[in-house]
Amino acid sequence: MNKIAALIVTLIAGGVLFYSTAFFPKWGDPKQPASIHVSPRYIEMTLAETKVPNAVTSVLADYRGYDTMFETSVIFTAGIAVMMLIRRSR
Amino acid sequence: MVKDLEDVVIRTVSRILVPFIQIYGLYVFVHGHGSPGGGFQGGCIMAASFILLAVAFNLRESKRRLKERTNAIFCALGVFIYAGTGYLSFLYSGNFLDYGQLSNLFPTDPIKARYYGMAMIELGVQITVMAVMVSIFLDLITAGKHEETLEEDRK
Amino acid sequence: MTDLILSNYNYWVYVVLIMIGFYGMMAKNNLMKKLIGMNIFQWSIILFYISIGAKKGGTIPVVDPSLHPVIRALDYVNPLPHVLMLTAIVVGVATTGIALTLLILIYRKYGTLEEDEILEALKK
Repeated sequence: MNKIAALIVTLIAGGVLFYSTAFFPKWGDPKQPASIHVSPRYIEMTLAETKVPNAVTSVLADYRGYDTMFETSVIFTAGIAVMMLIRRSR
Repeated sequence: MVKDLEDVVIRTVSRILVPFIQIYGLYVFVHGHGSPGGGFQGGCIMAASFILLAVAFNLRESKRRLKERTNAIFCALGVFIYAGTGYLSFLYSGNFLDYGQLSNLFPTDPIKARYYGMAMIELGVQITVMAVMVSIFLDLITAGKHEETLEEDRK
Repeated sequence: MTDLILSNYNYWVYVVLIMIGFYGMMAKNNLMKKLIGMNIFQWSIILFYISIGAKKGGTIPVVDPSLHPVIRALDYVNPLPHVLMLTAIVVGVATTGIALTLLILIYRKYGTLEEDEILEALKK
């Protein structure tokens, strides 16, 4: 599509997104909805339930271990797909 | 003559740096429990060492250090270690990926067994990420024709 | 009004990046430039999620009993967006690798990477 139509669509989409940032919580607010439901439990219990001080590693590998397993299989599938598509024997 | 001098500096420095990059990658992986780091980060740094060999020298140097068959086995070995640790908890009547049941295998209490279970799965993630990054890179730069690129380097 | 601008300006930066990536995906003719636009779009979303998890006066989410004897969630940055975005970064790497492979295959077949030339060759 030509560039002027693309520019108009981008500016309209950007305008809608700019308008919606007025309703977001403040940057760095400790009481925003992302930080009050399950995340305080992960920080407070990570040293008591698993002796790992790093909250990111314990959430990634223990509390949410299923997601990491399927994500490892995603990167494995991508490696195999690239191998299959591109190799040419003579 | 100037090009030969450029090559000498790059090749000598790369040859010195590659073991230190690998030690740093292992350090980041092992210290994932106490400081920022872990499986993905350590795997990417270790892949960077083999990619540095392929960029500074030719393809033959990188393939001499990490053969293609070993690379393909490493791709699958990481996922196998991860799923295998999950299945190991099945044998002791626990849930899948429940590392507390591994305390029947290691001589520790159930809380410390979760620590060791996390270390095992991070090892699997690191091996897979390293092998897949090197494999995708080498496939893309030779456009699939590994044999012809190796022959051109010999000339 | 100044309060609104000063407290939310990080979201504006990410909206500008989204617009740049979106324009690049739509308006450019070369397939490689479209791919770079998609990559910019993806990284701006990852940065947006990480900026949601910030807290005023919080330190990195590594719990340290010698620094704060009582562990409160108020002192540490939210670890959950960091975890989810680690997965997103790896999925982005896989997508970019496969997209570059498809570009190599298109080049082998049509000999060009411009979009209008490929569409003309398809019509015949």
